[in-house]
Parts: sequence; structure tokens; C-alpha cells
Amino acid sequence: MQDREQFDQLVLPHLRAAFNLARWLLRSREDAEDVTQEALLRAFRFFSGFHGTDARAWLLQIVRNTCYSWMEKNRSMQSAVEFDESLHLSPLPGPEAQALAGSDRERLTKALEQLSPRSREVIVLRELEGCSYKEIASITAMPIGTVMSALARARARLHELLARPSSKEAVRDV
Amino acid sequence: MTCDDSRSVLHAYLDGELDAPRAAEFEHHLESCASCTRSLEAEESLRSSIQHARLYEPVPRGLENRIRRQLRESSVPFGGPKFALWRWLAATAALLLFVGVGWKALEKSRQGSEPSASIGALEIVDAHIRSLQPGHLTDVTSTDQHTVKPWFNGKVPFAPPVRDFAAEGYPLVGGRLDVLDGQTVAALVYGRRKHFISVFVWPEPSTEAEQSTGAKRGYQWISWKQDGLRFCAVSDTNRDDLAAFKNLFSR
Repeated sequence: MQDREQFDQLVLPHLRAAFNLARWLLRSREDAEDVTQEALLRAFRFFSGFHGTDARAWLLQIVRNTCYSWMEKNRSMQSAVEFDESLHLSPLPGPEAQALAGSDRERLTKALEQLSPRSREVIVLRELEGCSYKEIASITAMPIGTVMSALARARARLHELLARPSSKEAVRDV
Repeated sequence: MTCDDSRSVLHAYLDGELDAPRAAEFEHHLESCASCTRSLEAEESLRSSIQHARLYEPVPRGLENRIRRQLRESSVPFGGPKFALWRWLAATAALLLFVGVGWKALEKSRQGSEPSASIGALEIVDAHIRSLQPGHLTDVTSTDQHTVKPWFNGKVPFAPPVRDFAAEGYPLVGGRLDVLDGQTVAALVYGRRKHFISVFVWPEPSTEAEQSTGAKRGYQWISWKQDGLRFCAVSDTNRDDLAAFKNLFSR
């Protein structure tokens, strides 16, 4: 049972990172729970093939692939990648309220969830997980140069979404 | 550095991915360019609001335990995933050869081999280990043999003998169904001090060796035949206790 012990020591500590990535990719805690569980079991099955040093990147790669397979399977539910924000965004709060971290969190969550999965994952990996470009490249199977442009694009889109007033009138002409 | 160059490295600079000379070049450009400075500030402010918004999603309560439990259950016998395909094939080939050579001829040397031709020791030991997970030990929990025995009616196509040996230090705990190698078997559970003994019971044609014993993963097993049924007792209690239990059970 040496593999189990090694797996527990090397891989399980990154469960937090795994769940966080799955939650943002799938935009649902419930789905993320199922997919994380599935990904961890897959990781255990493939564990004999792990000879690297970066167990987090290795695990996140599996989590990412499991998420994409899941989205593929449940495409009908996920088809609205950029979903109808008029249904999801609450009216723009006043300037005082906006200053509060809580509302900032809500605004950011909604903006992040409106990004395409590819943009969302680079932001999550970079800003929440603190991954280097090299790690992001290995997790997402992108060339390193593409990581930077993907981040630039994702951030530009985030600025746009955050600057946009979220009332129905404003959304209509987009 | 022009503004175009600057924009192409701004994110790398922000993310600490520029080497020192290029970072210095970029900073030098910023000194004379208000527009690029504003762009960088905008990115820094976005980053800081992301960091302050506590977007990192906490792991749901119980998820880690659920995963650990599933890992335990899915652990491949023979010691995990490193047991590569070729070794499985080799093991299968060896088993076929073993059977082919003739079970009878090997009867005398069966100490420590397998409890039965159809079901391996590891499978039985693993089934016993699985049963020790919370909630898995028994389907019917009773120290009363007259409750446990009828419980098996209609669940398995044979009637396992069920007796309580509390007076001898092996109290009946209960019974459950298990599946070994695709075959539904009856399992009786007995206590021995702080240990549990699982007795797996299934019907078996009579060409098998009468008795064999062995140890796997720190668990002792002993297998015997009686009245057309194969019995295999597994426990982490010591070998003498298990042998005494077997004598009691088959008396």
C-alpha cells in the first residue's frame, strides 16, 4: 500500500487547489464536488505514471481534463458560456455599497463566470493559485507564449465586464 | 522600448515573468509614458481586487473523507496501481498453468497458497478489510444464530451453518453478503477479543483441496471444506486463535 501513502502525501494536499479550479471551471460547487472526486480517483489510477516533482500541476492537469470532459458531456446545460447576465447580475449597487468587499466579491465572481472557460482557467491559475507561466502551460497544454496572451485577453475582458453597468438597458446593445 | 513593445510585455512584467534586463527596460519606458503607466496601474488594481475578494473556494466539508474512502475501496489488490498490466497477465498465466498442471498433484504443497481454485487469498483478505470500514461489517447484526441463519434464506442458494461460539470466546456478531470474483457468498462475522473474524462460505464442487492456510497483508486465513461448502476464515487475530476457531466451527 506504498502507493496509497505516497498519493496521500504528494497529491491529496492539493485537494484545495483541485476543488477551486473545478468550481471555477464548472461554475458550480455541486458539480465541482463530483468532478473533483472523479479526478482524484483518476489521478490515483494514473499515479504510477507520475514521476515529476510538481504534484500540484500534475493533479490540476487531470482536474482540468476531467472538467472539460464533464462540460462536453453536459454541453446542453453549459451551452450558454457567456450566459444571460441580465438574469444573473443584480442591479448596480450604489457607490458606497460597491466599496464593500462583499459586493466586490459578487461583482468579480459574476465577471469571472462570464469569461470563457479558457480565459477563466488562466485567471484562476494565475491569480488564485499563483501558478507561474510555466506551470500554467503544463496544466493547460498551451505553449508558454500563449499563456501570456491568454492572460492579457482574459484581463482585458474582465476590465470590460467590470466597467460595464449591469442594468438591462446597458446590456441590450452589446 | 515603444508603447507597442511595452504592451506586449506588460503582463509578463506584472506576473514577474520578465528577466531583469527586460524588466528594467520596461520600467524605463514607464518613466516617460503616462499611458502605459495607467495600463499597468489598471492591471495592478484588478489584481488587488481579485486578491481581496476572497474568491478562493473552500473545500466542502466531508469531500476529503469521501475521497479517502473511495480511494480505499478502489485500491487495486496486489498492492496498487504499480501492479502493471504485464504482471497481471503473468499472474493470470501462472494461475492457468497452475490449474492446468493439476490441482490434485499440488495438494500437498498447498500450505500458504490459495484458499480455493476459484477465489484468491487476496480477494478474501480484501473483502475482510473492506468489511471493517464503518457500516460494512454486517448486513444483519445479531448474536442470535436463529436470526442470522434465516436471514440468508433466499439471498444465497445454499444454507450456511450458523452457530454462536460465545461460550468458547468467539461470539457471533452477525452476517452479510459479499461478492467474491463475481460470486455471491455468505459471510459470517465473529468476534475474538478486539478482533473480528469473517467466515466466507460458498458452495464448491468436490475436486478441491481440503484445507489450506496462509497470511496476506498481515491477515491470517484458513480454508476448509465441509458438506460441499467451502469455508474461509480471515482475521488479524493470531494463527492459533484462528486454528482453534476453525476446529470449533467445523466440529
